[in-house]
Amino acid sequence: MLKIAKYIILDIVRSKVLLAYTLLLLAISLTIFLSDADVTKGLVSITTVILIIVPLVSIVYATTYYFNAAEFTEMLVSQPISRRNILLGKFIGISSSILLAFFIGVCIPVCLFAFSATGITLMISGCLLTLSFISLAFLTSTITRDKAKGIGLALMLWFYFSIIFDGLVLMFLTLFADYPLEKAMIVLTALNPIDLARILILLQLDISALMGYTGALYQEFFGSGIGIVFSLLMQMIWIIVPLFFALKIFKKKDL
Amino acid sequence: MRSLIVKIGLLFMLPFPVWAHTIIVAPGAKVATLKQAVTLAKNGDTIRVEKGTYISLNTIVDKELTILGQNQPILDARFQEEVLTITSGHVKLDGFIIENSKTGSMRDFAGIRLSNVEFVTISNNILVNNFFGIYLSNCKHIEVLHNHITGSNNIENSGNGIHLWKCKEILLNGNYVTLHRDGIYFEFAKKCLIENNFSEKNIRYGLHFMFSDDDTYRHNTFKNNGSGVSVMYTRRIAMLDNTFIENWGSSIYGVLLKEITDARIEGNHFIRNTTGIYMENSDRITVTHNDFISNGWAMRVLASCNKDYFTQNNYKGNSFDVTTNGTLKEIYFNDNYWDKYEGYDLNKDGTGDIPYRPISLYAQIIEQNPQSVMLMRSFIVNLIDKVERAIPSITPESVKDEKPRMKPWKR
Amino acid sequence: MEKIIAVKGLKKSFGRLEVLKDVSCDFASGGVVSILGPNASGKTTLIKSILGMVIPDGGEILFQGRSILNTFDYKRNIGYMPQIGHYPDNMKIGQLFKMVMDIRQQDAVDKELLKAYQLESMYQKTMRTLSGGTLQKVSAALAFMFNPDVLILDEPSAGLDPLAAEALKEKILEEKSKGKLILVTSHILSEADEISDHILYLFEGQIKFYKTLTDLKLETGEQKLSKALTQILSSPSC
Repeated sequence: MLKIAKYIILDIVRSKVLLAYTLLLLAISLTIFLSDADVTKGLVSITTVILIIVPLVSIVYATTYYFNAAEFTEMLVSQPISRRNILLGKFIGISSSILLAFFIGVCIPVCLFAFSATGITLMISGCLLTLSFISLAFLTSTITRDKAKGIGLALMLWFYFSIIFDGLVLMFLTLFADYPLEKAMIVLTALNPIDLARILILLQLDISALMGYTGALYQEFFGSGIGIVFSLLMQMIWIIVPLFFALKIFKKKDL
Repeated sequence: MRSLIVKIGLLFMLPFPVWAHTIIVAPGAKVATLKQAVTLAKNGDTIRVEKGTYISLNTIVDKELTILGQNQPILDARFQEEVLTITSGHVKLDGFIIENSKTGSMRDFAGIRLSNVEFVTISNNILVNNFFGIYLSNCKHIEVLHNHITGSNNIENSGNGIHLWKCKEILLNGNYVTLHRDGIYFEFAKKCLIENNFSEKNIRYGLHFMFSDDDTYRHNTFKNNGSGVSVMYTRRIAMLDNTFIENWGSSIYGVLLKEITDARIEGNHFIRNTTGIYMENSDRITVTHNDFISNGWAMRVLASCNKDYFTQNNYKGNSFDVTTNGTLKEIYFNDNYWDKYEGYDLNKDGTGDIPYRPISLYAQIIEQNPQSVMLMRSFIVNLIDKVERAIPSITPESVKDEKPRMKPWKR
Repeated sequence: MEKIIAVKGLKKSFGRLEVLKDVSCDFASGGVVSILGPNASGKTTLIKSILGMVIPDGGEILFQGRSILNTFDYKRNIGYMPQIGHYPDNMKIGQLFKMVMDIRQQDAVDKELLKAYQLESMYQKTMRTLSGGTLQKVSAALAFMFNPDVLILDEPSAGLDPLAAEALKEKILEEKSKGKLILVTSHILSEADEISDHILYLFEGQIKFYKTLTDLKLETGEQKLSKALTQILSSPSC
């Protein structure tokens, strides 16, 4: 599994797309940090960008790579290695490569310019977001047969999680404004990896505002470490569960 | 006039120990309690109390004395009485540890009580575990300096750290107050100066004003208090160069202003409070040269406020800059720096060419529906805020800064 | 001769399309079996089933007497050359070989084809820059590299230049003489004629016949496989 990951990393790090992604992230981070003296404002701007770009690139790139390497996967299957190790090897390979891009493009500038609790949270949630969307990419890639459908589905998922979902939540909140929805809101948040990453960052950037909420559940959720633990745990689930199903499908899949 | 003569008299007496005695109190000595010493002393004498623990069940100081603690002797009321009551003017009390006053709901038992006196100095004492710390009633010209006051943190039954009732021209300087109900409490206290104090982790307010006009407080720090700092029913207060930090929680504020008029709020720092300033029924307030940094709401200005001016402040990293509950009238913003401003400055005069609207649409939404806090910083919220800023339709048209600064004010 | 692969009642459909309908056959070591048949007759599916790339709906495949279902170790004994080799774009030839060695934990014991195709001088070239023919050479070299007991070659000569195809043919015959089983699918009958010991003919997912080449020629009285096939397929008896 790690052997396959190693060779996939060697392959991807030479790809132009990954280089472009790295440079894009780097350009965004540096522009923001260099043009604005205020570090917190810089982190806010980067958060906004990251919550959109990281999931998009992660899911589309991973899906594309998966399909482009379909024949290679076939060849791997003809070798004495289990399908589980092939898929996990691919996952590790692709995720480490994209994480490397994120590391160079975001983590290094953040460490240099804005090393703080918020900065660290931003890095962690960016990494988790990358992983969960690669995991989703694996699921879309295994359930679809051709590349166009796979990428289409990937894009739809991204669009759903980054825009439509929150729109629906806002509508839901407006419609049921008179009901106590604290529990529902927390559950809804857990249904979207982008929201989870966002909440993690919120807990750093906006804790002063979040502490203003009267409800006992919100108080506990925001005030103690529970919110952080919950978000991290749910993010892990978003990484593990799609990958688990992808694996289940891949084991039975005809190549 | 009498006091002046006494003062001059004292001045003459100092070099002549024949007239002004020093009485020494030490454990096991001939004079073994402060009470004995006070009984023996005459006006103008000095009492020096050596290191040790003394039981003091409401020792009454009714003479003009200088009482000095050597190496922090302890006066302990064993939770049975007040520790010390000063009923004479011209007393100086310095260098004691004063602890364990009685707690009760019938009377306000205090560590040090000053009642109807003038020209008293209370300095460098450590007050621990008293119901009220220093209690001034009906006093004038008192100085409370560099005392360290720790309460019992008993939520049901705690008094205030420094309590003023019907006082005038009091100076509070360099005191530290924590774990009391209100750190510092003013009721009918006028023309006082509160400076360089540090008030934190008090159960209710760090500083609480009621009906106390013409006071100034400056260079104080109010941190992490139960319900912020509160100024109510008061006129002509100056709040200068204070720091309000991490006053967190629902209905917890850096400063709460209620029914006050003609206040000046200048040069303060509001950092990481749930709400920096909350204003209700407050008229003719000038808020200028303040820094609002990383607060949940920098300011919440209710519609009942009038003729308030906000100029040359910095608003940085706040979740929301300004919210309100209705239609604001005669509230003026000018020349402030807003980090959320996205305008441009074509003529390079340092101020943006389009006005800034500090009340965002999402702030309005959250006002109606607090649960939507979970959507903060989401793409959809950013989007509706941007659209609203470009084409205002719901947010109040009148509330805007016509000359937003491009760069923060340097202090 | 020793049975190395046994296929029993193999069934597979893709959606509504039945690709393999109850296919049973045995393959013994020491011979070349050409799997022939028209397009969509199930040749590739049969091969892929043996390789574990396609999971059958029914029946089973035994490799050296053990079912291959949910196992992968038996592939250590198989060398596979796909119809179209496709490898990660930025991977170098050398890296590919090294990776397969890593995965199989076997050394490259047979470098004959590597030398014949002069691949060693191209180790630093990335896959993206290679022509289709070179890719086929890489695939072929890879299949033979570990000296496996069974070779499965899917349309091996497609895309190879005549010299390379010739070298491959010689290699196949040489390996056969070492007692190996070689399964080949091909459209080029002349080629099959030259190397085959057995012909397995698939038609619409079923085995039309599975005979030695010699028997086939004797039965039809033809000297050439192509002719023999034409005759046997046009006769109404089958």
